[in-house]
Amino acid sequence: MHNFEFVKPSTIADAIKALSAEGAQPLSGGQTLLPTMKQRLAAPDVLVSLTGISEMQGVCMGDGGLHIGAATPHAVVARDAARHYPALAALAGGIGDPAVRNRGTIGGSIANNDPAACYPSAVLASGATVVTSQRRIAADDYFQGMFTTALEEGEFVTEVVFPIPERAAYVKFNQPASRFALTGVFVAKFADGVRVAVTGASNNGVFRWTEAEDALSADFSAGAIAGLTVAADDMISDLHGSAAYRANLVKVLTGRAVTAAR
Amino acid sequence: MPKDTGIGASTKRREDIRFLTGKGVYTDDLSLFGQAHAVMVRSTVAHGRIVSIDTSEAAGMPGVLAVFTGEDFKEVGGNPAGWFIKSRNGEPMREPKRPVLAHGKVRHVGDAYACVVAETYAQAKDAAQVLADAAVIEELPAIIDMKAAAADASNRVHDEIPDNICFDWGWIEDNRAAVDAAMKAAPHVVTLELTNNRLVPNAMEPRASIGEYFPGTGDYKLTTTSQNPHLTRLLICAFVMGIPENKLQVVAPDVGGGFGSKIYHYGEEAVVLAAARKLGRPVRWTAERTESFLSDAHGRDHVTKIELGCTKEGDILAIRTETLANVGAYLSNFSTATPTFLHGTLMAGPYKVPHVYVNVKTIFTNTAPVDAYRGAGRPEATYSIERVIDKMCRELNLDPFEVRRRNLLTPDQFPYTTPVGLVYDTGNYQATLDKAIELGDVAGFEARRAESAKRGKLRGMGLSTWIEACGIAPSHLVGVLGSRVGLYDAATVRVNATGTISVMTGAHSHGQGHETVFPQIVAEKLGIPESSVEIVHGDTAKIPFGMGSYGSRSLAVAGSAMDRAIDKIIAKGKKIAAHMLEAAEGDITFADGKFSVAGTDKAKSFGEIAFSAYVPHNYPLETLEPGLEETAFYDPGNFTYPAGAYICEVEVDPDTGKVDVVSFTAADDFGNVMNPMIVEGQVHGGVGQGIGQALCENTSYDENGQLLTGSFMDYAMPRADDVPFYTVDHSCATPCTHNPLGVKGCGEAGAIGSPPAVVNAVIDALHRGGITHVTHIDMPVSPNRVWQAING
Amino acid sequence: MTKVTMTVNGTPVSAEAEGRTLLVNFLREGLGLTGTHVGCDTSQCGACVVHVDGKAVKSCTVFAMDVAGSDVRTIEGMANADGSLGVVQQAFQDHHGLQCGFCTPGMVMSSAALLAENPRPTESEIRHYLEGNICRCTGYHNIVKAVLAASGQDAGAMAAE
Ligand SMILES: Cc1cc2nc3c(=O)[nH]c(=O)nc-3n(C[C@H](O)[C@H](O)[C@H](O)COP(=O)(O)OP(=O)(O)OC[C@H]3O[C@@H](n4cnc5c(N)ncnc54)[C@H](O)[C@@H]3O)c2cc1C
Ligand code: FES
Ligand code: FES
Repeated sequence: MHNFEFVKPSTIADAIKALSAEGAQPLSGGQTLLPTMKQRLAAPDVLVSLTGISEMQGVCMGDGGLHIGAATPHAVVARDAARHYPALAALAGGIGDPAVRNRGTIGGSIANNDPAACYPSAVLASGATVVTSQRRIAADDYFQGMFTTALEEGEFVTEVVFPIPERAAYVKFNQPASRFALTGVFVAKFADGVRVAVTGASNNGVFRWTEAEDALSADFSAGAIAGLTVAADDMISDLHGSAAYRANLVKVLTGRAVTAAR
Repeated sequence: MPKDTGIGASTKRREDIRFLTGKGVYTDDLSLFGQAHAVMVRSTVAHGRIVSIDTSEAAGMPGVLAVFTGEDFKEVGGNPAGWFIKSRNGEPMREPKRPVLAHGKVRHVGDAYACVVAETYAQAKDAAQVLADAAVIEELPAIIDMKAAAADASNRVHDEIPDNICFDWGWIEDNRAAVDAAMKAAPHVVTLELTNNRLVPNAMEPRASIGEYFPGTGDYKLTTTSQNPHLTRLLICAFVMGIPENKLQVVAPDVGGGFGSKIYHYGEEAVVLAAARKLGRPVRWTAERTESFLSDAHGRDHVTKIELGCTKEGDILAIRTETLANVGAYLSNFSTATPTFLHGTLMAGPYKVPHVYVNVKTIFTNTAPVDAYRGAGRPEATYSIERVIDKMCRELNLDPFEVRRRNLLTPDQFPYTTPVGLVYDTGNYQATLDKAIELGDVAGFEARRAESAKRGKLRGMGLSTWIEACGIAPSHLVGVLGSRVGLYDAATVRVNATGTISVMTGAHSHGQGHETVFPQIVAEKLGIPESSVEIVHGDTAKIPFGMGSYGSRSLAVAGSAMDRAIDKIIAKGKKIAAHMLEAAEGDITFADGKFSVAGTDKAKSFGEIAFSAYVPHNYPLETLEPGLEETAFYDPGNFTYPAGAYICEVEVDPDTGKVDVVSFTAADDFGNVMNPMIVEGQVHGGVGQGIGQALCENTSYDENGQLLTGSFMDYAMPRADDVPFYTVDHSCATPCTHNPLGVKGCGEAGAIGSPPAVVNAVIDALHRGGITHVTHIDMPVSPNRVWQAING
Repeated sequence: MTKVTMTVNGTPVSAEAEGRTLLVNFLREGLGLTGTHVGCDTSQCGACVVHVDGKAVKSCTVFAMDVAGSDVRTIEGMANADGSLGVVQQAFQDHHGLQCGFCTPGMVMSSAALLAENPRPTESEIRHYLEGNICRCTGYHNIVKAVLAASGQDAGAMAAE
């Protein structure tokens, strides 16, 4: 691993300053960035730890729904969001393993936008707002394909605001080795319609399955999607699952998520 | 009442205390004054010609102390193959040289061709990157697929081996015509093509080595993650570096698992010794897990066609197999034994099969070397046999339990000479089968299946009855079979003056619990507390000799050596007692820790005898030597033959293809059991690995020879939530007839018997669920594969 | 190099570290606490798990500087004050929850973290909680039993021998 300068600001303002330096990169829980640096796939000159910024920590209800600080670890979301948004809390509680959940954060997860990550599906299916050091970005505009987001150089996520659906569930099918989502589906039923977001499956990263949304908005039952087919064309095909297999999982897991939604 | 001490007691492990408190000392835990750090430079291409390696920039980097390439080791010998195999046409196997560091060519991704030594690990790592960038390696087409490798004479892993075939072996060649005839005459023939998936052993401790050189004496010391330090010393001294054996001490301290991968000598061990000598400083190397994936010897990787001829009632008449076995790019030390004598000789299973013929072609490819992994050859044989029998049952609509019973050897048939060259000494295969049926509650299966069905799951049950040959190994037999080493073991029992005992054993414990179990045996035999006995292992300077631990041999071979040495101690003790008690030696008896004169109350305790041995004030020195220390070498008369019956139940989710193992029952015959707790733990571990092989583990190279499963991100290790509690039993014991402890060995059993039980259960679940077109799914039976098979 | 200070097993300690010094290296090389192991380079195996401010953390996946000032507990700090094995350690020995011992420090630390959160976990909760700790030796059977036993439950009754 290349060496770097380590800084740990305690306010967002200081973090903005620190991140304007040449070669600076944010560090949140490090559960993705550290393994990447060990492989020498990332080599920042300055690492700016966001974990000491109290404004970016915690879960609370507020304007527009549930606010989650970007540096809030998965384990805290799993515990503190349970009352407000059980499906989201359950998703957080199913990421990786306990040690990963104690460090890994929502901000790091959605900034990285791994095509197999769990959180992006919740953010997209909830129609959440990603709040950054500079602006507010709607979920539909934020995710732009695998490992790609709307974030600009030096911009970082400070908070995510989740509208709370009437019912929702996330169903994840583990990739057998890494235990990331081989495919994961988040279904959220709002008063004005259903949103379905799929992670792990597509070459274009997290996506909304709009046919299912339409069908489920008309009839929120697993049977409503029985007649739909999922095209395998854009699906990821790898050692752990062919494109056709993932396409099948999208449908199976969506049905299960609808049944599990509460 | 279970015993609470001695043979048969579940004595808690004494070594646990240090492991549980963080005080174990594994190789990488050592920190030596003045140590330097080595980093290997590994090929990123599967096959390439080394055009040039410009080391100058790396050598000039901060902290860099030395740079080594293959050129530096050109003059030294190569790492040899331990078994010599002849092809069926009489030709010797092809044996390419395996250099310490690749030179001329690199032959697999991860093949080390240089090494950088620096003051710190980070400096070495930085310089290794620079060196790699400066090396010019012309990429050649990779040879990955075994069939293609054997078919294409133009593309060669080793330039001198035209068809990439190491050998083409027939077992037993003289029986081939008879087997062919029996197969032809059989009323029914079942054919199955299957793959025994390539596995990465993945002991949790990555390999590590520290070399030291003492210029004052010219002595070397190697501390290394080894299952057999003596063998490593032998290989380094006799074949690779030419250091006299009395100038090299090899120490294997606490070792974090081996499973075969730490039997072999690896080039890094020679490099750190050479570097230590050059620099006059300790030089250490520790593998990153990624390096382990690339450079540890892998296991299995067979493609087999098996045919089974039988009657319509399910009597097995003949078995014939054709196997392609991948050895990878180089011959690892036991790689030629694994697909041959550890595989072909087991192809009759525990059955009375009159005719068996095995053909194995071993192929070089541009992949990591393949060698023995837990079970080694025997899991491959068992899997082939037990899967084809399962297929036979389905084709002929026979009950798999009844078919096993029909064909299993019966207790009156022992000793039994198999058609593939082994003599099974004893066993009771019906008993373990009955036990498994009872413990696995086969009678209650239908109710459980109905309950699963209610939840939308397909439940199935799979059986395997297996046997293995272990207690490796009788030298006289393996010598005939091509082994270049003897496979005896040795022990020294040293009774100290105050009556405590040190046992120097050639076995090496890296999880098996020798430090606890061996003292149980000593204590039982000498009538002293277990706590008075200490086991010394893993150090060539302290131990007479030994071949280490693998092949379920520790107790059967090294334990037997210890047993013999204890007998010698008792004999010597009798001499001393006779002198002290002024009686004839023939009148002295030893029992309960006391030497007594028969028919009198005159006696000396073991402690008194020991003390006297070291304070020989009035010994008749012409006839009685002071001291109480004995060494024995033990070479077994035969292999040992543990056997058992395994029943697995699975639930299959038909929509996703996911398989859950919901119950697993193992009824084994290990002969006498010294410590039931440890034996059960060995079975749990083996079964866990077997379930891993069956359901999730796989090593996959792409067509360019890049390892697609090069980390735990893609190589699926079984986790705690992938497996159930196992039910294990070893009560159906038929003691081994030819070793003094009557033990058979239990280390590999679980990994041998379990994979076919799991796969048979999956196929059973599908069939019971009406999905009858699926006759076989290759391991690992992953969700994707199961779904594919269902929908194919 | 900068001096990094934290509390380890109840004792304030400090040692030199670079930005890139991982907590596990700080412990092993800086402080000589080699009980914490490294079994992988992709944050998967859990051999390196320690507690940071009471929470299980993979010490190979956190920089020492990022946890400066924290309260760290390692396997070396799990025994009772008199040196006897702590409850989880003792249960591992009693139930043969370890073989080669390499995964053991991480297993014990994860198990202790589980029991702190959930004093009477079910078999399934234990298995899920230990998902991030790979053991190659035990097939997990006796580890799960040990954790059940450490929580005061009758492990023998729940797991067939
Ligand atoms: C063993 C293991 C299992 C895992 N399993 C899962 C799983 O099942 N599902 C899943 O979804 N994830 C999984 N993960 C990933 C885990 O959730 C990570 O924590 C997460 O992806 C990244 O969060 P982090 O806080 O650790 O980010 P870091 O690693 O600190 O950062 C990740 C990237 O995001 C950038 N970054 C961090 N914070 C911000 C911010 N606030 N604004 C802008 N950029 C930022 C960093 O510069 C870096 O490029 C797993 C990880 C491991 C090690
Ligand atoms: S060393 Fe493997 S997870 Fe930390
Ligand atoms: S005890 Fe060896 S890896 Fe767990």
